[in-house]
Amino acid sequence: MAHTSAPVRNGHPLHPGKNDVGLRNGFSKNGQHLHHTKGGLYKRPFTESFEQAPLYVAVLTYMGFGVVTLFGYFRDFLRAWGFEKCNLAQEREEQKDFVPLYQDFENFYTRNLYMRVRDNWNRPICSLPGPQFDLMERVSDDYNWTFRHTGKVIDGVINMGSYNYLGFAENDPTFLTSVEESNEKYGSGVCSTRQEMGNLDIHEELEKLVATFLGVESAMTFGMGFATNAMNIPALVGKGCLILSDELNHTSLVLGARLSGSTIRVFKHNNMQSLEKLLRDAVVHGQPRSHRPWKKILIIVEGIYSMEGSIVRLPEIIALKKKYKAYLYLDEAHSIGAVGPTGRGVVEFFELDPRDIDVLMGTFTKSFGSSGGYIAGKKELVDFLRLHSHSAVYATSMSPPVAEQILRSMKCIMGLDGTTIGIQRVRRLAENTRYFRQRLNEMGFIIYGHEESPVVPLLLFMPGKVGAFAREMLKRKIGVVVVGFPATPITEARARFCVSAAHTTPMLDKVLNALDELGDHLVLKYSRHTRSSRPELYDETSFEMDD
Amino acid sequence: MNTVRSLCLTPGSVMTSPLSVDMMDVKRFKEYISWLYYQYLLVTCSYVLEPWEQSIFNTVLLTVVAMVVYTAYVFIPIHIRLALEFFSSLCGGQHESTVAIIS
Repeated sequence: MAHTSAPVRNGHPLHPGKNDVGLRNGFSKNGQHLHHTKGGLYKRPFTESFEQAPLYVAVLTYMGFGVVTLFGYFRDFLRAWGFEKCNLAQEREEQKDFVPLYQDFENFYTRNLYMRVRDNWNRPICSLPGPQFDLMERVSDDYNWTFRHTGKVIDGVINMGSYNYLGFAENDPTFLTSVEESNEKYGSGVCSTRQEMGNLDIHEELEKLVATFLGVESAMTFGMGFATNAMNIPALVGKGCLILSDELNHTSLVLGARLSGSTIRVFKHNNMQSLEKLLRDAVVHGQPRSHRPWKKILIIVEGIYSMEGSIVRLPEIIALKKKYKAYLYLDEAHSIGAVGPTGRGVVEFFELDPRDIDVLMGTFTKSFGSSGGYIAGKKELVDFLRLHSHSAVYATSMSPPVAEQILRSMKCIMGLDGTTIGIQRVRRLAENTRYFRQRLNEMGFIIYGHEESPVVPLLLFMPGKVGAFAREMLKRKIGVVVVGFPATPITEARARFCVSAAHTTPMLDKVLNALDELGDHLVLKYSRHTRSSRPELYDETSFEMDD
Repeated sequence: MNTVRSLCLTPGSVMTSPLSVDMMDVKRFKEYISWLYYQYLLVTCSYVLEPWEQSIFNTVLLTVVAMVVYTAYVFIPIHIRLALEFFSSLCGGQHESTVAIIS
């Protein structure tokens, strides 16, 4: 991929200067295609694709849902009139006249579609979730209402669902000696919160290391990744502040935003024109009725969106944030350790300065093989959070062996343990990602997301194929995660693959061959390489959208 | 595993023996038909239904299709004949009237 040599421009990054007329549409005079560099903000081309399926696929998907809904009504009728035994929670006879305790209609979808294909989720694993795992076989006699284990173990199932990006989910004793020692020294429970007796020296060491890793002044760690978002956003913003959150943000961010009591406005996924419009409206009109200026404007985005595999357009967001004087909260749960030449996340991926981002948040669950979350940034911010975060006051702090695992994996990635294992794994992940995505594109599947994101959603569309795909893959000893409505839009059910540095090329080849076979058997290769319904943003500065 | 009818077809690794070429073709044809049925189950999402529900759905669908085919068989020739007569009477009638005026 050639680096584009964009000349130095005057004026604002989003509005190229007058002497760039020849380069405005992305074509320079000597015929070299510049891709979408947005006035020099991007050092490399940013290639994402969200191809739309042919129309008949959407029609057939709706038809499939229609058939299942009709049969759902039919079965509900049979259950209500006693022709069939009801396996769900029901109210007691004495309480029939009370206000209903169980909302029947909300569970319609769960009862009538999810239950029928439920055997593809919550599968019990009985080994380490590394690149391969062992699965306990279970069968159902009454169409997934109850399961029983046969006692047999299916071993050597290739794991394409765990967020094990750098392969640190390992149980090799040679790597885990320091974790064992810390368990012997501290025990496994902390039994207190950060502000009381739960502040151990290992936490201080970890926080210094995280700050060095990210290139910021200071960091604070928490015991749970979800709680990091949910408990810290209310500490940072409150009533009278504005939160601009991406359409597809994770539930933890949405929960934190709602708990804070601020006004929330949602912009279209990764769409900078939508964000700029909202920012302009916020700055110009202020708060809804009083028109006073907002106390704070916080933009909340994620590094990699795990359902789409898309990477945030960080350079443009930073340019917007500086122009409109807003704050940025970046949730790097999936991208820390997984993108960037040395695994430092999306900030390094776009070659930006970490000091430009106000609140850097991330989790240790995915790339570090541990659990917990962190918030990093300027020293004043982190000192404020140490006092005011709900998590610091009320939640138990991180367990010492867990903290030691993060320390050892982070040192491994940075190379501080004297080996090159870490950087080799980061490079291996990038290679695996590129190889996997390239082969899938060649085969003709519809893949969403950025070409360098290790999360690969493969679109299945029809609800019948969702169940069939997962079962057939398990028959071939490959474990995949399939997702349907309501976690995704109704027509876009998908299988989500998470590439790992621990996957060897033979494993990936086995998966790819199985996918090739299944793609023909189930008819999943819908790609026609056409434009998608999501707007591709070229060098336009305004974009009329019908909201 | 689940007691849903799951058709596991292995991709054809056909061993041909000179005597049973016909049998191989018939087998391949039957496999193809069952693959088509599997596609029908997936596309209409009958794959997730229990066998008795699938039977009900197939019966209803076949009945509707049979009625459509019967109606088409009975009515389309009559409609086409009437339409042709209508248009020919228009053009033919015009031709006759011009002939009448000239002569």
